[in-house]
Amino acid sequence: MSLELLKEKGVALDKQTFNWRDMVRVPTSKLDDDALTRVRIILMNGIESEALRFQHACARVNKDLQLALARVRRVEQHQQTMVNWLLPADLSPLETTIGFEQVAIEVTASVAQHEPDPYLAQVYRFGLLEDFDHMHRFSALMDRVVGGDANNILQSYTDILPGRPTSVEHRAPEDDLRECYDRSKAAPISKLNACTIMAGEHQTHDYYMTIGPMFADPIARQLYAEIASIEEQHVTQYESIIDPEETWLEKWLLHEAGEIYNYYSCLTYETNPRIKSIWQRFLDYELGHLHFVLEVFRKFEKRDPAELLPESLPEPIEYRSHRQFVREVLNKEVDLRARGTQFISKDEEEADSPSQRYRSQLNSDGSPSETIAAGYRWKPGTELAEETPDIQKLQRKVA
Amino acid sequence: MAAPESEEILLEGNELEVLFNRTGLMVNPEMSAEMIQAAKNIEPSPGDIMELAAERADYISEGIPIGSYPPIIDGEDAAESEKLAVLLDKLGERLAFERQGTRLYQTFIQKLEAMPADDENAPSADELRHICDEELEHFRLLQRAITDLGGDATAMTPSADVAGVISHGVLQVACDPRTTIAQTLQAALTAELADNDGWQMLQQLAAELGHADLEKQCEKAFEQEQEHLQNVRSWLANMTLGEALALEGLEDDEGASNDKDEEDKPRRSQAKRSSRSKASSRRKKRK
Repeated sequence: MSLELLKEKGVALDKQTFNWRDMVRVPTSKLDDDALTRVRIILMNGIESEALRFQHACARVNKDLQLALARVRRVEQHQQTMVNWLLPADLSPLETTIGFEQVAIEVTASVAQHEPDPYLAQVYRFGLLEDFDHMHRFSALMDRVVGGDANNILQSYTDILPGRPTSVEHRAPEDDLRECYDRSKAAPISKLNACTIMAGEHQTHDYYMTIGPMFADPIARQLYAEIASIEEQHVTQYESIIDPEETWLEKWLLHEAGEIYNYYSCLTYETNPRIKSIWQRFLDYELGHLHFVLEVFRKFEKRDPAELLPESLPEPIEYRSHRQFVREVLNKEVDLRARGTQFISKDEEEADSPSQRYRSQLNSDGSPSETIAAGYRWKPGTELAEETPDIQKLQRKVA
Repeated sequence: MAAPESEEILLEGNELEVLFNRTGLMVNPEMSAEMIQAAKNIEPSPGDIMELAAERADYISEGIPIGSYPPIIDGEDAAESEKLAVLLDKLGERLAFERQGTRLYQTFIQKLEAMPADDENAPSADELRHICDEELEHFRLLQRAITDLGGDATAMTPSADVAGVISHGVLQVACDPRTTIAQTLQAALTAELADNDGWQMLQQLAAELGHADLEKQCEKAFEQEQEHLQNVRSWLANMTLGEALALEGLEDDEGASNDKDEEDKPRRSQAKRSSRSKASSRRKKRK
């Protein structure tokens, strides 16, 4: 059953209230909750973070919208708090990082498969293989510095394998910009997808920039510096696929629709009843925001906003393992590089191209992502483990 | 003027200004006096510290645990399974600790090799390697023990998770390239103290639950850990004492100053000396 955006009114903005105890709840369990519950929490923190970021930018150039934006934004900020505070304190910054990369892999994989525009789908697959490699590097960091196994966090949903090597992901800015969708022709799902992935990548960048200096190990500090730089490139890539000709109010409306779509997707797949009730509540809040913004839109743009929105929501983001899809993409596209807005094979990238020169300079005194994973291959229980458990034997015992 | 390219140049040029501890009140006595006076002039915020307790109790009373015991692969009857789950939880804790301990000592050895201590009281790389090898041996012993008991040695048990949070600081100190050998030994001492008690408890638990082979293995590991503790404790004590005595010797050489103004100034001498020896070892390394 899908949700009809214009018919469902949700909770009115002035009925959306919080108190501190309500906002700061007992968090989820690192050990007992499903990894995909954590994936949803991390993504929704990013979605709310993008809501705030966009609304602030909008307020800075639209005096007439400032009060309306401030009212909605206050609630979004409290929503973000409630969602982000669901992460527990025993989840270390590095473990959270593994969760962030799992978001980037599994959510982008779902989006890439449901994206109707072939060029945009290619853009998502291109970014996906880079985050996939980050997982490999961070897993090596966890194993070799902390003595931990990243699969305690991943719960076997996501492979730990090399992707497009992080050391070659560094590109000149002109090779990170992409073609944008056309606001008048693009399918609504394309607009929602772009906003979702941009939000996820932006919060990943901001998170790595915050926690990078908290590590004592110099290789860890370097690795966060390096991967944060790639995340900045990803934000550049994903924000460039969004049509800049959309009006501010159009963008606001699409952001609210994107939040609805994402809470709806979370609600569809959530297994923890305590968390599910939060997704339901915030889905209703976001419907309230949408209807509030619809009124603002009608007032200022003097046109029918219905033409911008789908009648009902598209198929939700699929919260499951996308292992087979990711492996196929890895197999076929790991050697892609970018030239301008187009993708080329690595053989076509000339030695004196802007990206090659940029990359050579950045890696001229060594590559942290290569150093941390030198000779590394993931193994259950870390590379210090004597032997790999025989899963077939264990399965027989369980049976 | 071009900015210096090397951090070392910057450090050596302004050593006295850069390496000077500014955290105490007496660094800026006049400003400190103003702050103290301002704080004394106000009434404390209403209420008292016991309000924290009520707030914490509210969350505690929800009774949501940090995590559950992992499932046991070889199912036994319920009562036996419960006892076994407790044992597996603590075995999982030691496993995570020994694995992290292996990485801790690997880092420590790398530090020692990169920054020779020039101190006869410091451990040698071989002595640390011996401990490191035994930590790895213990980790693997625990992997086998958990598997033999029907547990999943790859699972993170609740006690392993808690131990990971506790030891986070230990690892941070060891990994920090700025910490000295003595400071890293301080971190290792914290780890070894916990490890000793951990093995002793495991030995008792294995005995109580009738796992004689495991009890013997734990006993042997405990003996090895006692040796680790004794060594780390003695290296740290001797290095600390050695540093103090060496400073005393330097004071004697320089002669006591009779200048009252000099005595009142915060002392920079220790920072100066430690920065000298550090800068010197950095130079040696780069050469």
